[in-house]
Order: sequence, then structure tokens, then C-alpha cells
Amino acid sequence: MRSYFHYALKRIAQFALVVFIGINLAYVITHATPIDPVEQSISAVTSFGNTAPEAIAEMRLSLQELYGLKGNWLEQYTTFWRRVLNADFGPSLSAFPAPVSSLIARALPWTIGLLGFATLVSWLLGNLLGGLAGYYQENRSLKLLGVVAMALHPVPYYIIALTLMIVFGFLWPVLPISGGSAMNLAQGWTFAFVTSVATHSVLPALSLILIGLGSWFLGMRSLVSNVVTEDHVVYAEIAGVNRQRILGSYVMRNALAPQVTGLAMSLGGIFNGAVITEKVFGYPGVGTLLVDAVYAGDYGLVLGVTTVSILGVSLGVLIIDLLYPLIDPRVQVAA
Amino acid sequence: MITILRDLLRYNAEFRVGFVLIAIVFLMAGLSFVSPYPPNDVYVVAPDAPPSAAYWFGTTSRGQDVFWQLTLAIRNTLGFGILVALLSRLISIVVGLTAGYLGGWVDRVLMSVNDTFIVLPLFPILILFYFVLRDSMSTLLLACIMASLGWAYDARLIRSVAMSLKQREFTDTAVFSGMTTREILAREHLPYVMPIVFSTTLNNMNWSIGLEVTLAVLGFMDINTPTIGGMIYWANQHTAIVAGIWWWIAFPILLVVMTFVGLYLLAVSVNAYIDPRSRLARVGGGRS
Repeated sequence: MRSYFHYALKRIAQFALVVFIGINLAYVITHATPIDPVEQSISAVTSFGNTAPEAIAEMRLSLQELYGLKGNWLEQYTTFWRRVLNADFGPSLSAFPAPVSSLIARALPWTIGLLGFATLVSWLLGNLLGGLAGYYQENRSLKLLGVVAMALHPVPYYIIALTLMIVFGFLWPVLPISGGSAMNLAQGWTFAFVTSVATHSVLPALSLILIGLGSWFLGMRSLVSNVVTEDHVVYAEIAGVNRQRILGSYVMRNALAPQVTGLAMSLGGIFNGAVITEKVFGYPGVGTLLVDAVYAGDYGLVLGVTTVSILGVSLGVLIIDLLYPLIDPRVQVAA
Repeated sequence: MITILRDLLRYNAEFRVGFVLIAIVFLMAGLSFVSPYPPNDVYVVAPDAPPSAAYWFGTTSRGQDVFWQLTLAIRNTLGFGILVALLSRLISIVVGLTAGYLGGWVDRVLMSVNDTFIVLPLFPILILFYFVLRDSMSTLLLACIMASLGWAYDARLIRSVAMSLKQREFTDTAVFSGMTTREILAREHLPYVMPIVFSTTLNNMNWSIGLEVTLAVLGFMDINTPTIGGMIYWANQHTAIVAGIWWWIAFPILLVVMTFVGLYLLAVSVNAYIDPRSRLARVGGGRS
């Protein structure tokens, strides 16, 4: 137990470092650029028509306060951190006067639901099928699956999402291609609303699963095909242990540990994919929020979503890391 | 080099398919140099013409020939991918070799930073970059930004190779004969990691091209330089799918998917070639 504590402490320190570097990166990007975000927002507003100079001056002042551009760099830096830690990114410019934090809070459950479901399904299914394919190497249909996985895995999320949208939205229109639920339904735990959410999630989830599945499948297949050549497996086979038991307890159990690490390492990439998939299907999560905020020139919202994504992804990685010793008991000994 | 290429072509089906796909893609890119149309002009041919003998891949609603537009787009996209891959290789080789060879606290510090860059969701950060830079975001600048963000995973791979190289006898010989750390890394260890650097280059190109396409499709980069993502962006702007101009979307997607699958297959087969375990399995020395 003490060694687990030691391990957990190290992971938490790494989590703190990720958040620290990530937030600082966001600070540097927004503050060390030659372009002034305040002037940019103002020019975006004034380009729509004539505005009185006094109104512009007033707006400039309030924007500077909001963006923390007042005072010297140390003051700016501490103000920035205080705002981040309080989750206070000011009012959104595009949905004025709703605060950025409430917009993000509304979008977050959608993203967590979609991302969590798709990641879990693709990870479990991919590892199971990959394990089978690595063990039964002569099976025809598993070989075919390998070829399909190889063709799907390297394709970026956007292309898969767009292709699914064209196929199921235009060529064979059976599924809704936009939004998170039907517009005319009240949100709540009613049957109609839940089924509407489910059908609207099919295509976004499918495009995330198709890509994820391929990568877990290929990873697990090559891991398993290495493990089966090891002595303990050969010994078990000679000793006549039944094949299912060998595959489950002798082979896959061993190959699972690197796949859990792989999940932690690719969580950021999966999140990137979710952002773009949400935008393609107009899914009401943080991805759509982020892209629309850029189009609307909403500085507070863009910064808010970026910060929350950094926090969210590194928190997800931390949770996986903390659960990891359950799968690989060697960690406790090593730490 | 030629022998390796011949062996791979003869014995490895994945390499063969990947090689053919990439050859076609590069041929397309090469054709851009003999394009009959100036690249940035619009309305040079009749708009919205379906694929025909005159216009192989049809024409766009902006009056451009899809085929010739595509040759230039894939050239720019490939060039972008190669640039990012080369720049980020510099960082990952330096970090990987140093961390692996020196070990100790240098290794721990470098790997903490390294793991941070693996975990960080880069897409929102790239969007943030675009948001503050706007029109000053050039393709070259984007390549530099992506290179400085996308080196981490490969640095870890290179580090693991460097750690095993450190245990080898020739490293001790080099140390005893008075070579400096920099000389050992550059002259003794670098040649050994080059194969894995090559295969990570291919994977990194896939990664950067994927992000480039995604950013361009959203309009989050210089959309006036024709790239694959830029083509899809303009097709979406003209609602090509709804209008039935499918060839404007389908051919760029087809070509870019060929690029991804081709690069991936090359990377996988080169990796398998480097890994002695799988080479052993191929000649039948592994599991019967």
C-alpha cells in the first residue's frame, strides 16, 4: 500500500506539471503575440458599422480588464491564474451576457458522454478482437478485419466523419446528421428525449469508434502475437491448458497493461478527434463551442474551452494512471 | 539501401501496397509542375462540369479543373507534412538521445516535459494559436508551431533505443577513447536510431497532414494556398455535397486517404523490418 501511495504521488505530480505547462502555454500564446486581442475584438465589432468613439473607449477598457491586460506582466500573470483557478473567464462576447463558465458547463456533459462511451466501446471491442486475431492467426475473417483496421486507422477523424455524414445523411438518409437531440423536445428523462439523444449520437459515436477500434485492434494483435511466443504460453499449451484459458489469463492479461498505458497516452488525441467530430455533426459539446467561438471572435470562450480541455484530458489521464496498478501489479513492486 | 528496398518489395505485401499508393501520390504531386492552369486563378474553365474526357475529375464551382488543382494541393500538403516531420525530428532526436544516454535527473526532467506534450490536447492549443494570430498565420509558421508540439511521442521511442545502446560495449570503448558526449551521440548512437527515426518520420507526416487538413477545412489556416484541406474547405463553402458536385469532395478525400494509408503501411512495414522479433517470425523461426 505504501508503494501505491508513492506511485500515486508521482502521477499526481505529473498531472500538476501537465496542467501547469498547459495553462502557461495558453498564457504565452495569448499574451506574447504581436496581435492585440482587445484591438481585434474591437475592430471586429466596429467593422459592422459606425460606433461612437466614447463607446469604443469604454469597451476597450472593459475588455482590457476582462482579458487581464492591465498592469505589468506579473500582475497580468497572477490575474490570469486567479481567473483560471476560479473558472472565471468573464462574460461570453458571442452569447452576451452569459458567463463563459456556464456555457462550458452546459456543453461538457455532452462531450464527456460521447467521448466516454465511444472510447470505452472502441477500447474494449478493439482489444477483444485484436487479442483473438493475434491468437488465432489463421482465422480468415479476423485477417480481413485486420486489413479493414489498417485502412481505417490512419485516416483522420474529420475525413471519417465527413464520409459517414455523406453516406448516412445524403446517399441513404436514415440517421440524423446534426445536433444533439430533436429541436422540439424538452430536455429531461423522458423516453422520447432519451431515444432522440441516442439516435443523434449514433453517427458521431460511430466515427470515433471506427478509428479507435482500428488502433486498439492493431496494437493488441501485435502485442498478443509477441506474447504467444513466450515460454510460459508454450509451456501452458504443452501442459494442455484449454485454449480459452490460455488466451484469457495467460496472453491477454499480459498484453493488457501496455494497452492501458496506450489509452492514457492517446487520450489527448482522442479528445482532438471528438472536437472535430462534434463540429461536423453540430453536436452541442465543447468542440462545437470552441470552433463557433473562434468564428465569433469570442476570446474568453476560446480561452475557457482550451483551459477546460487541458484540465479535463489530464484529469482523465490521471484517473487511468491511478487505476493502472489494478491491471499491472508490477508497478507496486517497482515503485 | 537498394537491397533493403528490393527485399521489402519482394517479401512484404504491406510495403508493396504502401509503396504503390505513395508512388501514385508523389506522381500526382509531380504533375503539378506541368499544370496548364495558373494555380490561384478562378473561373479558368466552365464551372460545375462533371468528370469527362476533357476534365478527368470534373471542375469546381469556382471554375477550376479538379485534377490539376488536386496536383498542386497534394504537393503543398505533402510539403507541409515533410517540413513538420523534419523539424520535429530535430527536437525528438536531441531529446531522445540525450535523455537515454545521460539518464538520471536529466532523463527524469526531459521525460516529464515529454509526457506533458504527449498528454496535452494539441488541437485546442493550435486553434488558440490561430485565434490570436489570425491572418498572420502562414503555412510556414504553422509548420514550426506543429513541429515544436509534435515531437514528444517519438522522443520516447528514440530514448528507449538510446538506453539500450548505452549498455553496449562500443559505448564504453568510445568513452575510454576520450570522445565527448556530443561526439558519442552524434557519431556512435545516431546511426543506430536512424531506422526508427525514418519510420517515425512517416507516422509524424500522417499526424501533421491530418491536423493540417482538419484545420484548413475549418478555415483555421491560410486557405488561399491550395492544399487538400483548403480544397474541401472551398467545396463546403459552395455546399458541393448538397449541390451534387460530388467530384469536388470525393477526389480530394480519395487522394488524401491514399496518402494516409500509404504512409501508414510504409511505416508499419519498415517498423516490422527493423524489429528483429518479427523478422524472425517471417523466416519461420518464431512460433510454428
